[in-house]
Amino acid sequence: MAQRTTEIITGLFIIAGLAALLFLALQVSGLSPKSDADTYTLYASFNDVGGITPRGKVAMAGVTVGSVRSVSLDKETFQARVELAIDASVDNIPADSSAVIRTSGLLGEQYIDISIGGDMDSLKAGDSFYSTQSAMNLERLITNFASGSK
Amino acid sequence: MIERITDGIARLGRGGLDVIATVGRAGRFLAGVLAGVPRPSVGFPLLVRQLYSVGVLSLAIVVVSGLFIGMVLGLQGYTILSDYGSEAAIGQMIALTLVRELGPVVTALLFAGRAGSALTAEIGLMKATEQLSSMEMMGVDPLRRVIAPRLWAGFIAMPVLAAIFSVVGIWGGMLVGVEWLGVFEGSFWGNMQSSVSFTEDVLNGVIKTVVFGFVCSWIAVFQGYDCVPTSAGISSATTKTVVYSSLAVLGLDFVLTAVMFGDF
Repeated sequence: MAQRTTEIITGLFIIAGLAALLFLALQVSGLSPKSDADTYTLYASFNDVGGITPRGKVAMAGVTVGSVRSVSLDKETFQARVELAIDASVDNIPADSSAVIRTSGLLGEQYIDISIGGDMDSLKAGDSFYSTQSAMNLERLITNFASGSK
Repeated sequence: MIERITDGIARLGRGGLDVIATVGRAGRFLAGVLAGVPRPSVGFPLLVRQLYSVGVLSLAIVVVSGLFIGMVLGLQGYTILSDYGSEAAIGQMIALTLVRELGPVVTALLFAGRAGSALTAEIGLMKATEQLSSMEMMGVDPLRRVIAPRLWAGFIAMPVLAAIFSVVGIWGGMLVGVEWLGVFEGSFWGNMQSSVSFTEDVLNGVIKTVVFGFVCSWIAVFQGYDCVPTSAGISSATTKTVVYSSLAVLGLDFVLTAVMFGDF
């Protein structure tokens, strides 16, 4: 086969590979260039985060409005400190809203739900949620019920 | 009696030394190939020709295998996940399985069988017909002229083939899951996108393919270059290429997975 044809076919092969990588990046892993720029950060402290992990979902009224960026232990209060990346378009979360850890379905994954408060002021970047509600621990609930304490 | 035992120990020692000597030759061979970078004007057309025979000609088997593996994953995943009412998670299962494990590993195994064995046989025959030594007589370094383009071609073609494999597999899984079994398309892609991370899953998969490509083509060209220059020698070298490449890929895959995805 002529060298020229070989070169063209090989070039197409490499381009197909790059296109495949691009597909994996954009369609499969949902990587989009604007992901980090258009968010602002809020903090929430929980007594028990349960199964919340980085990249977990943050929702309001069931609609995803952001994601969990990191989970760390606050060594002063011994609470879990969760960093939330909220979409910049959702900039009017009332200041007395609370962050609640919920489970989607009975066995589904846990996510952070923001229950809306009634305050006229809204949370700014870097603010913390005033009230939070920790993960419901089914095992602890059953243990308490079974042993009859409380 | 004692003589037989000492003989056995001596054979064992000789075998061990042979293995170590082969590893040493393979290392020196690799150093020779990597050190001898040809001039771009000479080397580039050679590289393109090898990329064609190693990469483009492997495309058909990779695409067909990827399609079927994706479809099987879709079918198996659906039957298991629908028992728990979570068949929407099929997208994330297919994508993670393909991008992290099956894409790199199966492509490497196919590559070793399709391209690696051909490389070994070609170089082995060149050695048996004394083409390599006549090149040396003419003052052309065969490592540079024959081996280096083949090694680099394998090294470059593997990640490309694996990326295509994963994409075709995901498409095959979507065909079965979404088109035939009726999983909602939005949750198929949505679950996939929320659980697959570009840096952790896709890039780690690419790193795996780069390592596998390097190891497979190194083994293939070395076995060809190091073979006994007879027809029996070439056939045993070709067998060794496939066996060693497969074992190396599976072993390295465990190590890489433990390093990349293990929590310790």
